[in-house]
Amino acid sequence: MVVLGQFLEVLIGGLLAGVLYSLVALGFVLIFKASGVFNFAQGAMVLLAGLALVRSLDFMVARGIPTWAAIVLALLFAAVVMAITAALIQKLVLGPLVNQSDLSLFMATIGITFVLEGAGQMIFGSDVYPLSLFPTDAWFILDGLFEGGLLVNKLDVWGGLIAGALVAVLAIFFQRTKTGRALRAVADDHAAAESVGIPITWIWFVVWLVAGLVALTAATVWGTKLGVQFSIVFLALKALPVLIIGGFTSVPGAIVGGLIVGAGEKIAEVYLGQQIGGGIEYWFAYVLALAVLLVRPQGLFGERIIERI
Amino acid sequence: MKADVQERSGAAGAGHAVADRVIGDVLLSVENVSLAFGGVKAISDVSFDIRKGEIRAIIGPNGAGKTSMLNVINGFYHPNQGAITFKGRKRSIMRPYIAASQGISRTFQNLALFKGMSTLDNIMAGRALKMRRGLLWQALHWGPALSEEIKHREAVEKIIDFLEIQHIRKAPVGKLPYGLQKRVELGRALAMEPDLLLLDEPMAGMNLEEKKDMSRYILTVNDQLGTTVALIEHDMGVVMDISDRVVVLEYGRKIADGTPDEVQRDQRVIDAYLGISH
Amino acid sequence: MLYREAGQFKTSYAADMAIFPIRQDRIALIILLLFAFIGIPLLAHFQLWPLGSDYMLRAILIPFLILALAAIGVNILVGYCGQISLGSGAFMAIGAYSAYKFGTGVHIPLEFIGTEIKIAPLPVLPSILLGGLMSAIVGILFGMPSLRIKGLYLAVATLAAQFFFDWVFLRVKWFTNYAPSGSVNAPELSFFGYLVHSPIERYLLCLIFVTLFALIAKNLVRGNIGRQWMAIRDMDIAAELMGIRPLYAKLSAFAVSSFIVGVAGALWAFVYLGSWEPLAFSIDRSLQLLFMVIIGGLGSILGSFLGAAFILILPILLDQVPHALGVPISVETVSLLVFIVTGALICYLLIVEPHGFARLWSIAKEKLRLWPFPY
Repeated sequence: MVVLGQFLEVLIGGLLAGVLYSLVALGFVLIFKASGVFNFAQGAMVLLAGLALVRSLDFMVARGIPTWAAIVLALLFAAVVMAITAALIQKLVLGPLVNQSDLSLFMATIGITFVLEGAGQMIFGSDVYPLSLFPTDAWFILDGLFEGGLLVNKLDVWGGLIAGALVAVLAIFFQRTKTGRALRAVADDHAAAESVGIPITWIWFVVWLVAGLVALTAATVWGTKLGVQFSIVFLALKALPVLIIGGFTSVPGAIVGGLIVGAGEKIAEVYLGQQIGGGIEYWFAYVLALAVLLVRPQGLFGERIIERI
Repeated sequence: MKADVQERSGAAGAGHAVADRVIGDVLLSVENVSLAFGGVKAISDVSFDIRKGEIRAIIGPNGAGKTSMLNVINGFYHPNQGAITFKGRKRSIMRPYIAASQGISRTFQNLALFKGMSTLDNIMAGRALKMRRGLLWQALHWGPALSEEIKHREAVEKIIDFLEIQHIRKAPVGKLPYGLQKRVELGRALAMEPDLLLLDEPMAGMNLEEKKDMSRYILTVNDQLGTTVALIEHDMGVVMDISDRVVVLEYGRKIADGTPDEVQRDQRVIDAYLGISH
Repeated sequence: MLYREAGQFKTSYAADMAIFPIRQDRIALIILLLFAFIGIPLLAHFQLWPLGSDYMLRAILIPFLILALAAIGVNILVGYCGQISLGSGAFMAIGAYSAYKFGTGVHIPLEFIGTEIKIAPLPVLPSILLGGLMSAIVGILFGMPSLRIKGLYLAVATLAAQFFFDWVFLRVKWFTNYAPSGSVNAPELSFFGYLVHSPIERYLLCLIFVTLFALIAKNLVRGNIGRQWMAIRDMDIAAELMGIRPLYAKLSAFAVSSFIVGVAGALWAFVYLGSWEPLAFSIDRSLQLLFMVIIGGLGSILGSFLGAAFILILPILLDQVPHALGVPISVETVSLLVFIVTGALICYLLIVEPHGFARLWSIAKEKLRLWPFPY
């Protein structure tokens, strides 16, 4: 029973941590689906959104604005920052790069990553800034069944709830709104969408904006967990293996992929890590993704690719 | 198989009646090939053959499965049913580079040149299969590697002369006009010295002058090198002029097969194809 | 007037295929090499400007040469073969640690079958080359997925290499000979009994390696294999239909690229750092190399040098220029500015001139050839 209890605790912790990866991965999927761009900068966007949020929040709280109002205003401020970022990226980089190869676009997003990291830290500062939007203590559940109960972090649960809400909101946006439908049309075929009068640059701006807002959402949870700091960029890179596993074009794939990676690396760390030196969380997700690539290149939920010439 | 040599009929005409040109055995035969992508049938149960030394046209309306057919022949698509026999060897699945090494080369409907390379390098790349020196010799670029490089350069220069593209030898192909790109692509296919040359709409988008040039190149290659040619083309005038036999596809099925004259008279072809486009 | 090729007729294909078919270019290269091999050591020996102190050699020229070598390796894979790599740092690390192991003696106890593998410490030169070889072998292994997956997916496979080997060299103590701090020291740089020690000697050693490997790389990319790499890069399907085997072309690019990057890694560790930790080869290094290649010019050996020079000089410029103008800025601001400028330049070049500085250079030469006429 103790063994099972420990396993369940690790599994739950892992699944909920995986939700955090899913949150970042969602941003990738949105941009990849709508514009075919593999956005390396998603992690940097999380950092930027987090910095904008935490710094404006601290600024307002220090000036005596009530916390709840400060939070709302700070969220608004960060959203505006992400909107400006989206507009600049679309206008200055992606617009001129239309019809370039995937590789060029990808490398451009690496360039964007560096600009965002540099500019974000230069404007908002480059220390570790603690953020406490959500409770960080733990529950102990099922203590009737297991001795001492199972430890579940409240923050992780919040992360799960937020991810669920986000997916619901996105689903409504894509299915029910005009912009959302236009976005799906663009994702299917740029040229055809443009020919029926869908303003493609506007749509791409909207996509980057939505991805920016998803990044902001991720930043609220990640920032509470780790503090807003530079290393978020590299943690966010784990969204890449998540996508490989889930499939690049699939929103459910991003969620399931995140859960698999989160649970997989925690379980591997606890049960395998001790034997081979520990710290395997660092690479486990990537090697798992590599294995998936060899077996099923399109991922669990991706569409099979037919090549033409 | 008994040698089935026949004198070419003069019917195709149009200034290309070379007396010593002979049509030989079956070089390639397509047997009951079907191909589907998911639920969409691209080719259903098509059979035909290509004889050594002939110019064989594949025609049909858009979406008839012509390009898919070429893709099956050189191994890029694997048919769901049926088999291909090339030079007497039967196969249903084959990697494209093996088809290439057995002597099938190809041009593409929407240009597939190596855009970052010069004309010369594009055509030289067509000889990759024939160059045998290993990495270490190439790293030295000296001795056997150098003489091999020069030998193949000479062969490529002959092709460049033949296609009259000397002036763009060192130009990056990405920036060349369309007609010239088509020519470079033909040059690249010829550099492989193929037994079977597959041409996917070699004259699409060309003006009359360019079409004449391209027809002349195809006929010369066929006459002088004896290269078997299979081509997809939409220009009926060209097809009727230069091909020995024509196979007609519609919605992935074969609806006619024969000499240009026979095909032209076939009622199903007229209904399906000529009737619509003219 | 000086830069004209009129009157230089090529009478053989060999002459036409030379690296520098124009005579003035050949002369310029010879002068450059003479300066690099003789001029700089002389200046340094007599402590003349700009080599009055060791700083120029130690902090600029030596890292420049080694990173240019690594950039050549990355350029073969990314620029010539079109296979994106975010794991070059890991391959530098493999080169460095393998060279270290071969240089200090390999001992693999195989107690469960009652035996052991023991290789006595090797001299430095074979150690470095074996480091390159190990890197090539691992490169082939991690290149395997490239046969099934394309482009961006491969980026993740190379990231896997990066993070996996970061961890290996940090946690598997065997590689660091159980050094408690995790930091290791390079063996003495002895070549055929001659001890390379002073900055000038180290500089010359790097220069020899870089010159040789640049020549080899240039020979490869202008030969049959180079055309195969570029064919795969530009239109992989057409290349395969023409008989180019993707397996051979891609894996050879991975092997050659990783070999050169591995040798550069060994030099970086042995010659430049002397003692090092796994951090020296992190993903930052991978991205830095990728940037050198993009900025210098994808698919250009010359570009690898230009890119390496730029990335090295940029932080110095951003530090010195405001100083000279009387507005000194903090070290931290400089490092953030480097981020912004590099990132912005990458985007700008990808939009305006995807072939980087090398193409700008050749456009300038073309203009010079025709000058004073417009065309």
